[in-house]
Amino acid sequence: MTTQTMTIGRLARLALLSLGALLVLAPYIFMLSTAGKTQSEIFASSLSLIPHTWNYLANFTKAFTRVSMPMLLWNGVVVCGMILVLQVLVAVPCAYAMAKMKFRAARVMMALVMLGLLVPIHATALPLYVAFDRLSILNSYLALVAPFSISVFAIFLFLQFFRAMPDDLIHAARLDGMSELGIVARVIVPNAWPAVTAFAIFSVVAHWNDLFWPLIVVTNQAYATPPLGLLFFRAAEAGDDYGALMAATLIITLPLVLVFLLAQKSFVEGITMTGLKG
Amino acid sequence: MSMFSLRDITKSFSGNAILKGVSLEAGDGEFIAMVGPSGCGKSTLLRIVAGLDHADAGAIRINGAEVSHLPAADRNIAMVFQSYALYPHLTAGQNIAVPLAMRNLSGSQRLPLIGRFMPGQRRICADIQRQVQAMAASLKIDHLLDRKPGQMSGGQRQRVALARAMVRNPSVFLMDEPLSNLDANLRVHARGEIVDLHRRAGVPTLYVTHDQSEALSMADRVAVMIGGNLLQLASPQAIYDDPDHIEVARFVGQPRINLLASQRDADGTVSFGNLRLTSASDTIGDPRVTLGVRPEFVRLRAEGEGALATRIERLEFLGSEVIVFTKLSAIGETVLAKISPAEARGLAAGQPIGLDMDPSHVMLFAEDGRRLAAAPLKAVLREMVHG
Amino acid sequence: MADLAISGYSPIETAARREARTALLLASPALVLMLVFIILPTVAVIVLGFTDFELGYASFRFVGFENYAELLNSRTFRKSLWNTAVYTAIVTPVSIALGLGVALLIESEPRGRSFFRTVYFLPVASLLVAMATVWQYLFHPSIGPLNALLAQFGIPGPNWLGASSTVIYGLSVIGIWQSIGFNMVLFLAGLTAIPRDLYAAAEVDGAKSALDRFRLVTWPMLGPTTLFVTTISVINSVKVFETVKTLTEGGPNKASEVLLFTIYQEGFVFLRVGYASAMTVVFLAILVVLMVLQYRFLDRQVHYS
Repeated sequence: MTTQTMTIGRLARLALLSLGALLVLAPYIFMLSTAGKTQSEIFASSLSLIPHTWNYLANFTKAFTRVSMPMLLWNGVVVCGMILVLQVLVAVPCAYAMAKMKFRAARVMMALVMLGLLVPIHATALPLYVAFDRLSILNSYLALVAPFSISVFAIFLFLQFFRAMPDDLIHAARLDGMSELGIVARVIVPNAWPAVTAFAIFSVVAHWNDLFWPLIVVTNQAYATPPLGLLFFRAAEAGDDYGALMAATLIITLPLVLVFLLAQKSFVEGITMTGLKG
Repeated sequence: MSMFSLRDITKSFSGNAILKGVSLEAGDGEFIAMVGPSGCGKSTLLRIVAGLDHADAGAIRINGAEVSHLPAADRNIAMVFQSYALYPHLTAGQNIAVPLAMRNLSGSQRLPLIGRFMPGQRRICADIQRQVQAMAASLKIDHLLDRKPGQMSGGQRQRVALARAMVRNPSVFLMDEPLSNLDANLRVHARGEIVDLHRRAGVPTLYVTHDQSEALSMADRVAVMIGGNLLQLASPQAIYDDPDHIEVARFVGQPRINLLASQRDADGTVSFGNLRLTSASDTIGDPRVTLGVRPEFVRLRAEGEGALATRIERLEFLGSEVIVFTKLSAIGETVLAKISPAEARGLAAGQPIGLDMDPSHVMLFAEDGRRLAAAPLKAVLREMVHG
Repeated sequence: MADLAISGYSPIETAARREARTALLLASPALVLMLVFIILPTVAVIVLGFTDFELGYASFRFVGFENYAELLNSRTFRKSLWNTAVYTAIVTPVSIALGLGVALLIESEPRGRSFFRTVYFLPVASLLVAMATVWQYLFHPSIGPLNALLAQFGIPGPNWLGASSTVIYGLSVIGIWQSIGFNMVLFLAGLTAIPRDLYAAAEVDGAKSALDRFRLVTWPMLGPTTLFVTTISVINSVKVFETVKTLTEGGPNKASEVLLFTIYQEGFVFLRVGYASAMTVVFLAILVVLMVLQYRFLDRQVHYS
């Protein structure tokens, strides 16, 4: 049974997996195909996947000219990057203090973290929106980034990771004369790299995909993130020019998918780790 | 009456030969301990007997019937795992009942919820309960039946695992290092218990361990497995006193046997220091041989006396005995001697000393590891006795 | 000891105080941000739920439970709750069952493991808003490939996302497609954590068929994973928003109106902050109940130690 012979059971399993894979991939296949078709061919509604007349250039040109794709992607990179850096900078020292040091507020902090895990952005969005409106900081990177500067999930994840680290490591660093911040930077973070990577993947996927908050605080296209930009593009195209629309979705989906394909192993491990710890 | 045999079992994983033709036979109710260093293939062999792995070639017979093609469930074997492999979601009682339920209840009777409405289910279940109770009582674990494995100690889990294996009167009993997860005190106690249980059940048992003292103390016969070969299958006494192979001699015995490289003359005489042996047969072949002598057959002599001149390196006090580590002055080899604390009085590290080896207990091994028949030269023996 | 201490504290106490001060310093940025961006807004949303606050109006007053009374009578809100429940009831079990099925198939098949894992996980790494757009094309009543395929077999395809009778199913398909991969990797992790010895024991104990072994070992041992995947799936389904906003805007005829979309609509489009806050409180309450359910009741059923 463990040998490499092909049994009927194995063939059936492979067939089932392949069929499922085809269904999962179907949207990507049609996206690639339709992005190269002309409007008339799309409306002819044929199931052929190879475009009759290759219209890729025209569709991609449209996608690039109607909405500035590079700007959308840039905004996405800036916002996700800022969020990630802030989250790690804020969460790591806090998690270290909670995991390895004694202070009275630690228990209150723990309660706050558990409470915070329950509250998604959708619940705090209304008051934050009102406040940001009063402060006139809507339509800015600040508005996009600020609410996510604190990630209780990051604290929670790092806390669990740090707790598993041996105390002796920290004692040795203290004996070597390092300050607490030095310990965090030079001992904890290098050793917490798997957790940081896992969290980075989780955070980037979450915020790259997020539509809810950008939709609320951004009305100016200059600050649009990829999902919001695509929404603008759809509005501009009246949703019927599927060739251009597919070209646009292709451009916007590609960066993260490429990252995923290049770093699959850490990607899946990251999602699994953050998933199971959550 | 129940017995099993293995013939020429071979197995390789991705080109690496793990088992190189292993054969053994266990008689009715025999307890065979298979011992060997880790990676020697003993666990693989056990899994093959169980039907969890399949051999590349060879035959497995249980009570005369060839079972190689049968799945584990149809071989009527029971197995105790090193990790115990208790189902953590079931209570001890439910764990013990699993093999009975799997065999005695039909698929429809085992269905959740509706299974209990199937005809005959109630009667069979009551029967299973009775057997579980009886088994638990005989292992003195009746008070644990409602506990889950997570709420039990290592020793308790081990007993539940034993109970689960024994409850259905298997034809063969397999144990894969069942004591290695227990602490030292409990382990010695559990040895006696398993031997006792084995006597009562009378089922042929194959017991795998890496602990030679476990193998020697528990088994009727010990199988020494090294590098995928079963080198010797014999009584514990024979394994220790009369090893067939240099690897068996090297593996069995604590402290380890002294092995000294030497040469054989054209007439078959082997000398080492003043020691002379004659190897009776097999005079052709490689002249290189190895002498083996257990530390208890090495005698200390005053400086300048004895067959070998050595210097004491250190002394290990073990309570009832003392191990003396000596270094041969001529070739720098270390030789161990086991002596009584009384004899060791006055000895100190660095002290030069003479050694004698009891020639009737010196073993001779050929270059390929085979044991060579050897006898002490009479003259030397006389010299020893008088010296 | 006491005479060694200068400040009235023993050296040990001083060291402890210093450690506490450093710890608080390290935690303070997180503490402040947590208060500002999580705790205060949460309190504010509960308070706002009792007001008639509307953005653009200077003043507001407390109205007690008026917002909640309005919610009870609101056809839109009830429809929204119902749709969210239907969506969750479809997406959660189906995506869990398929995720588990795919994980079991991948686990038992040595060939192409990483290929299939990559393929099934791809939707998790894809921009949902973009892929929803692709699905809209697939679902298009006249030019979409799905209905073109159905037409080949002579079946007239429905207007998937355009008809109130099918829109929630269309959205569910997208939701399932998107979450199978996520559930799958969690199940794969759960499967690899099952000790191999348990399967060996099950075989020796007489569990002959794969189904027997699944019932005796796999399913019970996956308990914690399944509970966790279920909780996450339910919460993610309750939070469905992106596809609705992108594809249907709650329509047609409120047939795809879901909780977060209704909150978004009332709060950020109609700017009825007070009323939307009350809705948010209901949303939060649902999340709390789900969490409590997980930790208080179900957790004990699946952890065996």
